[in-house]
Amino acid sequence: MKFQGRKIYRGRAEGEALVTSMRISFYGGVDPESGVIVEKGHELEGQSVSGKVLTFPTGKGSTVGSYTLYRLKMGGMAPLAIINAECETITAVGCIISEIPCVDKIPIEQLKTGMRVVVDGEQATVKVVD
Amino acid sequence: MKLTTEEKDMLEGKQGKAAQKAMEILETLGSIFGAERMIPVTSVQISGVSYANLGEAGLKFLTEMADGDGRARVLTTLNPAGMDVDNWQAMGISEEFAYNQKRVLDAFARMNVITTCSCTPYLFGVSPHYGEHIAWAESSAVCYANSVLGARTNREGGPSALAAALTGVTPAYGYHLAENRQPAVTVEVKGRMVENNDFGLLGRVIGEKLTVQGQKLTPYITGIEQASVEQLKSFCASIATYGGTAIFHMAGITPEAAQVSPPKQAITITQDDIDEANRLMNDAVSEEVDFVSLGCPHLSIKEIARIAELLKGKKVTKEFWITTARPTKQIADMMGYSQIIEESGAKFATDTCCVVSPIKGRFKALATDSAKACYYAYAKNKFKTMIKPFDEVVAEALK
Repeated sequence: MKFQGRKIYRGRAEGEALVTSMRISFYGGVDPESGVIVEKGHELEGQSVSGKVLTFPTGKGSTVGSYTLYRLKMGGMAPLAIINAECETITAVGCIISEIPCVDKIPIEQLKTGMRVVVDGEQATVKVVD
Repeated sequence: MKLTTEEKDMLEGKQGKAAQKAMEILETLGSIFGAERMIPVTSVQISGVSYANLGEAGLKFLTEMADGDGRARVLTTLNPAGMDVDNWQAMGISEEFAYNQKRVLDAFARMNVITTCSCTPYLFGVSPHYGEHIAWAESSAVCYANSVLGARTNREGGPSALAAALTGVTPAYGYHLAENRQPAVTVEVKGRMVENNDFGLLGRVIGEKLTVQGQKLTPYITGIEQASVEQLKSFCASIATYGGTAIFHMAGITPEAAQVSPPKQAITITQDDIDEANRLMNDAVSEEVDFVSLGCPHLSIKEIARIAELLKGKKVTKEFWITTARPTKQIADMMGYSQIIEESGAKFATDTCCVVSPIKGRFKALATDSAKACYYAYAKNKFKTMIKPFDEVVAEALK
């Protein structure tokens, strides 16, 4: 399976997908030290985004969330890459300042947690490798 | 997106690392939102100033941008910080917080940003003219600039506003384009609008009715005969807080109202609606109030003069913060208002406010004239609230 999307930020990463159908608020919703999702009632509550290809429909919440991604990156706890259905300002800016590869306009419902995927930010592609 | 030669140079890193990062942010946002080009802005107002919100990571990013030769190319000011930059000790701020807050301001100063920290730049000379394109971040100031002044801005976040400052441009989408500034619903107001807090209550009532099936509707408001700068700033803060509203039109009051047509879809706001909002924001009684604050948004010099008049020769019995911009405070100093106010025991909390300052756990109940201050007091700091007309809030501090 290979999908063509839209480039948000360049860079290439290969890793395990962590997929949710729920929106993510980085500010307040993700612990900036550990990368664990702490939003009450979130599908991924208790799971860490760290080292994963984080896949979610779109972001929500405060614009300060961009800095949460930056803090995760500085602490070595950021996601390897981000895949969105429709990227918005908070996630886009967070990926640019943190240099996290990001692609959107991907049919994320076809991706499942645990799949091994390759994200190519420059080509704006997502490939499932097994 | 079509970029000019200079914009391309920035994107390719020919004008330094910070300008490159800034242009990457703007070009990406432009492509996400379908902008065809960049437009020059005449001023920028940056949010994400309080160290409490930025944290060490935000500060590191700002430092990197300053180190990468980031320099503001247009007039740029800041949103409120987490403390009074000079008088932080009197506010009960820790030395560690003060040290870190100053590092944030130093990073901005290195980028040639004017480090006045205020949500009301339009009260001290950063007052864009009708039709000017700007890139502001503070939600109440965005609403004021778009609606009351007729300038054009999106609701920027901290990094996107900084990016506009360091490049002098912003992508042309959203409220920069005339077609996105049209009203979608007529709001007939049938209530008594006299005090600042009446306008704050109205902002909440309208703001909460504007989201229909996930869509935010731009309102065309009728029935307001008169509104002062102070009342409009109170209204803007409230409608932006409760409705996420970035622009409204008000017949006979705002400049673009005469150029747009009132939408057929209409709702009516009655005095009962306003009374209900008033009830919701008044869960504290006088005996519980241990914190009084005026200046959300930051006070005008006219409002400070009124406080001085009311406090002259009296002593306050409660912690009372007067929050304003430093240039406004300097006028108050010059006029002797500051001395009268400080002799009463009230405190100036310049450069900051009760919304961004780290005060969780310090107080039980807030008295204010601001609907926005009530929202954050309740949602962020878990205080009870009391909303009253301006003069009565001052009286509350004297009880």
